[in-house]
Amino acid sequence: MFEILATRQLSDSVFEMTVAAPAIARKAAAGQFFILRVDDRGERVPFTFSDWSADEGWIRFIFMRVGATTHKLTHLAAGDSLADVVGPLGVPSHTGGLGRVAVIGGGVGAAVAYPVARAMCAAGDEVTVILGARNADLLILEEEFRALPLKGLVVMTDDGTAGEKGLVTHPLKTMCAAGEVDHAMAIGPAIMMKFCAATTKEFGVPTVVSLNPIMVDGTGMCGACRVTVGGETKFGCIDGPDFDGHLVDFEELMSRQRIYVDDEREADTRYSKGCSCHL
Amino acid sequence: MSPVDDTGAPIRHRASRAPRIPMAERPAVERRVTFDEVGFGYTAEEAHGEAMRCLQCPNPTCIDGCPVHIDIKSFIAKMIEGDDRGAVEVLKSRNALPAVCGRVCPQEEQCEASCVLGRKNEPVAIGRLERFLGDLDLSCELDRRCRPELAPPSGKRVAIVGSGPSGLACAGQLAQLGHEVTIFESLHVPGGVLVYGIPEFRLPKDLVAAEIEMLVELGVKIVTDVVIGATYTIDELMAGEGFDAVFIGSGAGLPVFMGIPGENLNGVYSANEFLTRVNLMRAYEFPTSDTPVWRGRKVAVVGGGNVAMDSARTALRLGAEEVFLVYRRTEDEMPARKEEVHHAQQEGVEFKMLCSPLEIRGRDGFVTGLTATRMELGEPDASGRRAPVCVLDSDFEIECDTVIMAVGTRANPLLSKAAPGLELTRRGYIVADDECATSMPGVYAGGDIVTGAATVILAMGAGKTAARAIDSWVRRER
Repeated sequence: MFEILATRQLSDSVFEMTVAAPAIARKAAAGQFFILRVDDRGERVPFTFSDWSADEGWIRFIFMRVGATTHKLTHLAAGDSLADVVGPLGVPSHTGGLGRVAVIGGGVGAAVAYPVARAMCAAGDEVTVILGARNADLLILEEEFRALPLKGLVVMTDDGTAGEKGLVTHPLKTMCAAGEVDHAMAIGPAIMMKFCAATTKEFGVPTVVSLNPIMVDGTGMCGACRVTVGGETKFGCIDGPDFDGHLVDFEELMSRQRIYVDDEREADTRYSKGCSCHL
Repeated sequence: MSPVDDTGAPIRHRASRAPRIPMAERPAVERRVTFDEVGFGYTAEEAHGEAMRCLQCPNPTCIDGCPVHIDIKSFIAKMIEGDDRGAVEVLKSRNALPAVCGRVCPQEEQCEASCVLGRKNEPVAIGRLERFLGDLDLSCELDRRCRPELAPPSGKRVAIVGSGPSGLACAGQLAQLGHEVTIFESLHVPGGVLVYGIPEFRLPKDLVAAEIEMLVELGVKIVTDVVIGATYTIDELMAGEGFDAVFIGSGAGLPVFMGIPGENLNGVYSANEFLTRVNLMRAYEFPTSDTPVWRGRKVAVVGGGNVAMDSARTALRLGAEEVFLVYRRTEDEMPARKEEVHHAQQEGVEFKMLCSPLEIRGRDGFVTGLTATRMELGEPDASGRRAPVCVLDSDFEIECDTVIMAVGTRANPLLSKAAPGLELTRRGYIVADDECATSMPGVYAGGDIVTGAATVILAMGAGKTAARAIDSWVRRER
């Protein structure tokens, strides 16, 4: 069992959780993920680290309440435990020697972008962060980003309730057009990453995306996380989660993310209607 | 209690020419709707009757047929004497998981294939006797179960990577030899392929748990949720964590796909994923378990091994109306056990032989069918089996909404990538000698990660071989 040390509600539907996992915290690196199972009946779900402390032995992640697992998570508090936490998994994000980098974090993807931007800064890259969300309520970690030695921070919301009104691709395009970007890294919903990659491709700016396919074991055993990259099938868990955004088949990724939509709705409805028999 | 005749007089063993005693099975129609076990196992009477058939050969050949050299003649002799507990002791001195092996070993190719009775008649049902004894032991309370004698503590610590058949066998043996053993398992439940791969109806999970419980009772420590190569490296186990030796039994868990168009459509599974969702994650209980599985109406399973049979029979039990087995050779060349093939056919799996998928078709991201080509058998290939060759212009369609690829596995690179000192074959398997020693001093490996996909018992054999080598390595003068 893995003890929950702290929880924090960041918005109506976005939550942060800190869990004691010393062995994993010792090894975690920016861009990597772990698998958790809430309880004995739980599914195995991957989450990317938003932070960790090797010294204090904890890991942290941020999630949006969307399905049965995340619903269950929101009902847990400090002192409760998670049945299983496994990691760190996946290949760490490449940092250092990238020059001027635009890091785009959309929605809860900002949680992954944060340690990546931090690691890039530490490795000597010149980082501009573009933070995007549907509205001000869903905008997360702005303060944390501001505390990093960034070259710049641009905030975008779809409805203009925070920062500029518009999509993250607007400032990205402006920066690329001005020749201010050597590398880009986009982390967020698949559709956002798709358009970020399309934007940078025009300018020939190498772009990495952090994919979030469905997984089961997370160690290469099942192949649920197959993604097509440059016409080749890759496993998100062991070959990724970072891939060349210009080569990823986003349509396929989005289609594969939807396979269990009906089942998930059923499980979530059952759960949120107050059936607590399997809690 | 010795067997007695009608008058109460003890029956003296006389090798019987009676036919092999069949084992009762759940009827096929019933099987299609339940994950409960297919075979019921022998009753005590049936087991003793079958044991009586054994000739007790002066030079038994069956023992050489067993990868872990169980003293088959002796355990059957004990059964003939009516000493079942003694029989269990003989059995368990060589095999820590008899209830498992009695069910999943391909005895017809091993011990039973070498049984002298088999030349003219049917061989002794050694596997069923093993299962009977294994179950008998597990039916006792934990403290009354047969346990091997443990050597005095050696003070040496051994780490085992993976809790599948090779790791469990290695752990059991090392514990007996007096060493302190810790098994690291990446999943949340120990057992490896015994829990994620082999279905409940062939190998009940409670039984696997009970066999593992016994190892824990012998002092083996099992740590789940640890991925060696990620959470710790091999070097860290040896240096930082202070282990004197490491055994790698991580299995060959990386599913192979065919590389045909449409393989990433929704509804296409690797057999590993499909079986893991159902067995390990209990998707058949969804939504009381949180893990869903795509329940196809018409399911095509590609492959001809045991994993293909397991997948096809699992799909039936999930409610599929039709399940096709698509295999490029014929039933004669199938690597699956005859018994499994027979069970699958009984349950209604439709065999489409001599055909191979060319493309998986779909609509809106979901599978709608399979385009396949007819095959014919040509000259024998490297495996000695006649190689399938495409028949020109013989393409045809199979309508289905699910495709399960059971065409094999490859070496998982996760662990080896984090151990640059480990010599690998061209295909990524770990290079190990006859004693299971790898290129890293103190590091041993066995099972599928060395041989490629094989059987439970071969992996167990490797685990035991490694245990003996590890024993001498940790005890040597330094």
